Amino acid sequence: MSIMTYAEGIREGMSIRMRENPNVVLFGEDVGAFGGCFGVSAGMFDEFGPERVRDTPISEGAIIGCAVGAAATGLRPIAELMFCDFLTVGMDQLVNQAAKMRYMFGGKINMPMVVRMPAGAGSGAAAQHSQSLEAWCTHIPGLKVVYPSTAEDALGLMLSAIDDDNPVIFFEGKLLYGMKSEVSSKEPIPLGKGKIVREGGDVSIITYGRQVFDAAKAADLLAKDGIEAEIIDLRSLYPLDKALIEQSIAKTHKAIVLTEEVKRGGYGGEISATIAEEFFDSLDAPVARIGALNTPVPFAPVLEQYYMPNEMDVVAAAKNMF
Amino acid sequence: MEISNELMKDIYLQMRRIRDFEGTAAKLFADGEVPGFVHLYMGEEAIAPAVCACLRDDDFITSTHRGHGHIIAKGGDLNLMMAELLGRETGYCKGKGGSMHIADRDKGILGANGIVGAGHCISTGAGLSIKLRKTDQVCVCFFGDGSTNQGTFHEALNMASIWKLPIIFVCENNHYGISMSQARHQAIKDVSDRAAAYNMPGVSVDGNDPLAVYEAAFEAVARARAGKGPTLIECKTYRQHGHFEGDPATYKPKEEQAAWMEKDPLPRFAKFLEDNGVMTAKEIETVDAQVAQQIKDAIEFAKAQPIPSPESAVVDVYSDIVEEVRVR
Repeated sequence: MSIMTYAEGIREGMSIRMRENPNVVLFGEDVGAFGGCFGVSAGMFDEFGPERVRDTPISEGAIIGCAVGAAATGLRPIAELMFCDFLTVGMDQLVNQAAKMRYMFGGKINMPMVVRMPAGAGSGAAAQHSQSLEAWCTHIPGLKVVYPSTAEDALGLMLSAIDDDNPVIFFEGKLLYGMKSEVSSKEPIPLGKGKIVREGGDVSIITYGRQVFDAAKAADLLAKDGIEAEIIDLRSLYPLDKALIEQSIAKTHKAIVLTEEVKRGGYGGEISATIAEEFFDSLDAPVARIGALNTPVPFAPVLEQYYMPNEMDVVAAAKNMF
Repeated sequence: MEISNELMKDIYLQMRRIRDFEGTAAKLFADGEVPGFVHLYMGEEAIAPAVCACLRDDDFITSTHRGHGHIIAKGGDLNLMMAELLGRETGYCKGKGGSMHIADRDKGILGANGIVGAGHCISTGAGLSIKLRKTDQVCVCFFGDGSTNQGTFHEALNMASIWKLPIIFVCENNHYGISMSQARHQAIKDVSDRAAAYNMPGVSVDGNDPLAVYEAAFEAVARARAGKGPTLIECKTYRQHGHFEGDPATYKPKEEQAAWMEKDPLPRFAKFLEDNGVMTAKEIETVDAQVAQQIKDAIEFAKAQPIPSPESAVVDVYSDIVEEVRVR
């Protein structure tokens, strides 16, 4: 067992596979000697060299497109986008190329690529460096999407993402990078498997990424009022662990879906609708959906904090159900 | 430069196969048997066969929405192509791609592509893969003049140049981006001028002369294989049809069309072969007849193939997940 930061978990996952397989490579803006904008690849340049830990020009289309071409011809590339907001610049390569090639070509091509991208607000980075754009990716057939919350999950999901023959979008909570947690296993964590991070019988909080920690704070507060919340960390957004959600709701009969995305059109809506459609009979109350405001991410700390959902929103939603 | 008679005969054969395949595809489209869009390469047949004559089976190409010529020249199977155009289960893409998305990984064909400018970036990935796997393969990226105004063109040429990737960028300048003439859509005449911005060799050749194309491609391929980096080749040619079948192309001046029809690469190369004693008129006739039979066989094959089951729509989105079928 060891203690690692979230960033170290991601790095260790990439490094394990790069040590084993020369065809696993990392490229992106400033990922080389600079170590990545958030330091995630620090030291990897020294271990693996400039060919396999490769700086790219500021060209998001070419970064993602390069991953597509490399994946189609024998590599297992990991592409880093400096911020998920920059996905807009390379969106065609992800949506029209990476996601669709296998299908368009009749299943005859593999696309083993990972695109890493930091997401989320809370660092005062304002509207173009703070978004949570996971719904854009979950909306596209052909992409898998993961969003770990701890170092161990980041490590294990990275191993599985690299091993996968499909494009995997690897969201990283940028406020989580420095957060330390225990890593007791360095085994792959299968995509599509969530986990219960806190058991409780009264209400299910379904979440992922940094909001897992907001949910934990909310659960502590609710416990003082005698409400025992169960927290599901989805870890994978697609494939989605519907069985785990079903099992939890069958016990609690109440569901809160908590994400940091702009609420309108977010993936939280898809999860909520799935619960309503498929597990309606288990519910004692309408599904509560909590997200950010329907605004761009504002700059000033007081505005940004107001924009983001927090534990008090969860507490209020839970109390409304009783 | 010396080019063997055998190679010239091969190039002519491929040009003829492309011309006849597309003539048939156009007819089938007009008859309502081919769904969707069909973009013809007609008039540009001197290019892909001459470029691909410099390639090996394990080399890669990226293609465009106007991809039939590239795919045939790189060794694509006419039967499977025709079956795909007709949306059959046993077509190249099991009926999921159609004319714009034919790929053949075993032949190094990384796919025709419906997005103008997408292949440029994909070719950088193939190039990087070749470099890191330390083989002497190359990748040819085919594209039109219209796509050279996309950001991806500039991103990819820059990346290929700084990394010295083994890529040959082949611009098929057919002088139109859909309805917009080159004179209107860019402020340069020679697309090859843009090579200077990326510090790579750039050359413009007569794209209706397969020997001129071959010569430029031969040198660029040798350069790429030797690890010396990418080249931009501009082949000046003309799209004889509209952007897509059904486009009346009223934006093309009649005199311009007529002048280019005089330079139609098929009769022109046939005449060259005859004049230079490479093939007799009778031999050319024989090749033409063989090709006509191949196309006839392809149609017969395609029409005999099964229509896909509707439920097969949920397969092949992922390697390991079958999506939910529709429940009614």
